[in-house]
Amino acid sequence: MNSIQRKVIQFVFIFVGLIYIGRLFVLQILDSRYKIEAEINAVEKIIEYPNRGLIYDRKGKLLVFNTPVFDITVILREFKLTDTLEFCNKFGITPDSLKGIVADIRKDRGYSRNKPMPLFKQLSTEDFGKIQNFLSDYHGLYVQARTVRSYPHKSLANALGYIGEISRTTLEKQTNNYYRQGDYIGLSGLEQYYEEVLRGQRGVRFVMKDVKGVQKGRYRAGEYDTTSVAGENLVSTIDLELQQYGELLMQGKIGSIVAIEPSTGEILAFVSAPSYDPALLSGRLYSKNYGRILMDPLKPLFNRPLMAQYPPGSIFKLAQALTGLQLGVITERTQFSCDKSLVNCHSHPSPTDLRSSIQWSCNPYYFLTFKKIINQDLSTNKYKDTEMGFDMWRPHILSMGFGSKIDVDLPNVKAGNIPSNQYYDKIYGDMRWKFSTIYSLGIGQGEISIIPIQMANFAAMIANRGYYFSPHLIRNMGKDKRILEKYTVRHQTTIHPKYFKPIVDGMEQVVLAGTAAWTRSKDSVIICGKTGTAENPHGDDHSVFIAFAPKDNPKIAIAVFVENAGFGAMTAAPIANLLIHKYLKRKPNQYMEDYIINKDLTDKYGSYKK
Amino acid sequence: MRNEDKISSNIDWITVGFYSLFVLLGWFNIFAVVYDPEAEATQSMFDFSMNAGKQLIWICTAVILIIMILVIDFKFYSTFAYVIYGLVILLLIVTTLIATEVNGSRSWLDIGFTRIQPAEFAKFATALALAKYMSPVNVKFERFETKLVSAFILALPCIFILLQNETGSTLVFSAFILVLYREGLSGVILLIGVMSALLLVLTLIYDKFIIVYVIGGLAFIVVLYLIQAATNSTKKRLLWRNIFVVAIVAGICSGVVFGVDFFVNKVLQEHQRNRVMVLIDQELDPKGVGYHVRQSKIAIGSGEFWGKGFLEGTQTKFDFVPEQSTDFIFCTIGEEHGWFGSTLLIGLYVAFMLRLVFLAERQKDKFARIYGYSVACLIFIHFMVNIGMTIGVFPVIGIPLPFFSYGGSSLWSFTILLFIFLKLDAHRGEVLSSL
Repeated sequence: MNSIQRKVIQFVFIFVGLIYIGRLFVLQILDSRYKIEAEINAVEKIIEYPNRGLIYDRKGKLLVFNTPVFDITVILREFKLTDTLEFCNKFGITPDSLKGIVADIRKDRGYSRNKPMPLFKQLSTEDFGKIQNFLSDYHGLYVQARTVRSYPHKSLANALGYIGEISRTTLEKQTNNYYRQGDYIGLSGLEQYYEEVLRGQRGVRFVMKDVKGVQKGRYRAGEYDTTSVAGENLVSTIDLELQQYGELLMQGKIGSIVAIEPSTGEILAFVSAPSYDPALLSGRLYSKNYGRILMDPLKPLFNRPLMAQYPPGSIFKLAQALTGLQLGVITERTQFSCDKSLVNCHSHPSPTDLRSSIQWSCNPYYFLTFKKIINQDLSTNKYKDTEMGFDMWRPHILSMGFGSKIDVDLPNVKAGNIPSNQYYDKIYGDMRWKFSTIYSLGIGQGEISIIPIQMANFAAMIANRGYYFSPHLIRNMGKDKRILEKYTVRHQTTIHPKYFKPIVDGMEQVVLAGTAAWTRSKDSVIICGKTGTAENPHGDDHSVFIAFAPKDNPKIAIAVFVENAGFGAMTAAPIANLLIHKYLKRKPNQYMEDYIINKDLTDKYGSYKK
Repeated sequence: MRNEDKISSNIDWITVGFYSLFVLLGWFNIFAVVYDPEAEATQSMFDFSMNAGKQLIWICTAVILIIMILVIDFKFYSTFAYVIYGLVILLLIVTTLIATEVNGSRSWLDIGFTRIQPAEFAKFATALALAKYMSPVNVKFERFETKLVSAFILALPCIFILLQNETGSTLVFSAFILVLYREGLSGVILLIGVMSALLLVLTLIYDKFIIVYVIGGLAFIVVLYLIQAATNSTKKRLLWRNIFVVAIVAGICSGVVFGVDFFVNKVLQEHQRNRVMVLIDQELDPKGVGYHVRQSKIAIGSGEFWGKGFLEGTQTKFDFVPEQSTDFIFCTIGEEHGWFGSTLLIGLYVAFMLRLVFLAERQKDKFARIYGYSVACLIFIHFMVNIGMTIGVFPVIGIPLPFFSYGGSSLWSFTILLFIFLKLDAHRGEVLSSL
């Protein structure tokens, strides 16, 4: 009875059930949107930034450390402002600047309503403390703790480098997909070179949160979490005390100082003058300060020891002498008279042998030595002969670390230029150039250019009598105190060690009784050095000096380059002298120190710019 | 003693099994809702300060109720049907008068140790009264008088529940339309009901005049067809009658459209109208009225095929879904047990309801049969509306999922509702012998 009605009712029950099962199929399986929404709802991704590694000097003094700062981010979807004025009062901003911040957020290329966007960046612990209690009054505000770099001194800025937000191009170019927008990355100096050692490994934590945003434990028991690994500390080769002394001596001057421990290649001092306070490029005022430093006509950001390319001047005579000895075209007893008709020279005893040619920096001696190297009468064709001699000369020069990039642990190193056969062919044409075209190379002028760190490396090589370790700024890394493999490799030059004796003797005489004799005082250290006075088209000659000390078992090799400061002996030599004394724990000459510190060339540089 | 033996052998254990299963699953899921992975102490389903523990108390008291219902003589229910009905109506009136307002409704009555919702108990009382009224053999539903009295029995509790501002509970009484259909109500009325619902939805989406024009257009096409058919037929007399019928139907439909428009814009209160409008377009107000539905769908939708696992749901556990222990308990199933679990649960409910229809149909006594259908249909309405609102096909109406949702009143009322029927069913043979 009534079977139709019964069937209709049964049908309705089953029909509704099936409709719901179908609807659930769409909701739960076909539509993946809800899974994502659920995660946005209840899962918060917390990035844990590891502490960046610290940097110490060779004696354990802190060079770089971290200070905590707090970024406040906002998820605009969750952020509701009922009383703008109250919010502004609590957070210490004006309504206008809030408008500006929000407008900036909207303009951001990575802008999303659902993603945390920066609201206040890099608040100090103190500033953060003021607003901390208000944060919970608002939905959608999040705190991201991170650190900025801090410096207990104002030194070494160009070597240390700085960190900053990763650029869009770097972000797009990265291959291992580590960095995200807003991440900080080493942008120059050691911060850039040792980025991967210093940064550590970022960790990610997924936590669940309830509807009020209260954290409710790890998502999926931490299945997707990665722990952050702190960055490793670096121990620098720099002697902060020596560095600061060098910077003091270079005040009011443009130039470089590079001091190296010859037995290891460790850089003891690395002065680029003028410099800037590294703290300026850390923290909130980065962009503002960066712009200001960039506008400085003296270019403090220009890392001169690595990037400034200069004609070396007379210091290059040492390289010529070594090459001449190695090629056998001169001996330590070879004498030339100072024939000023060949090339200009200053007054000094004549003739000179190899030692005294160094002592007096005799130009004609090196004109003739270079001529002997270039024209060895290997061919009857003058041009061919020049080419052959030149090709024999160049490898020796290159083996001393010139003409190619020094493998220092800093980015943006220049190579300098040791012209090649092809280089001259290009300028003058094949078989169109001969000794008279290139003779100025003999005294370190002409097309040749080298950079300060190469000069220091050259001094260290002579100190070692024929080999060098690539100069570097980091002594060891991490807890295991490991060192980069390449800095344990001894680079042997093509010059036999026996040829160094007359050279070193000559350098000793430079300071004892030669061009730099005035820097010597009664109880001073025996310094082996060589002055250089580099002619240049920009103004007064550059003052150059390379040296090492003591003569036997040298502890320090140094190159000082001061732009437009005249004779090498006038500025560069006393600076080197003072630094060597400082490093060897001897009292620097007070008179000389005052003289150098008070030597201010700023006005002169200013006049050149006009 | 003889009586008890009979109960254990005659009672429908399959239905008891369904009941136990729903109650237990409900309890587990209520625990899953309140479970807090961050809590320091190990949490127990037996902690009586939490919903899960409280639900256990309700379950235990429900068992006492069951024993009482089964012990009482089966003839009691038909004999005292009107008395029970009257008492409940009285209780509703009292509630309407003295209840304090909770969340906009005045339906809760404080009885000292706990609060009860008399509207819940109106369901089984009304079912008893309706069954009692229609059970005599001489009462024919075809008679107008019968229809009027039935309507009165149904309308009386509805009025007071409406006065308590419990629109959702009132809607539940539409279950009796299905019962009446089984007992002889014309299918046309059912169809009109469905059509009205369809028109209601259309009215909410489109402008009322557009719908009326469409109705008119359709009526015109039908009339043309009728004229065409009549020219080939000899019964031309019928043509005028048919056109008249079409015009009446079109007129009623248009009337419904205007009525609905008036009802929605003038009669419904703001929050009710919003709930209806949000069903049509959920994105209207994602933070306000749409929030419930949206969060509910997120919770269920994120369950995928197998679900996140027991106690692993984030949306329900962390309070994203409001009212999750009570009205939105299905979200927990959807999130933690996925499509698989949801389908299983829906299947169980459908099987359960079909079992109730089967039991109702096997009654020899009309009283028991009508009552049985009432039970099946009341459960069906709750099932349809409750799950429907969690998956966004029904407006958010606060009614519980039978046996599953947290809450004493609802568990008790469904238990009473069901077990009276099982008691009647257990004695179905005796009715026959007594005749």
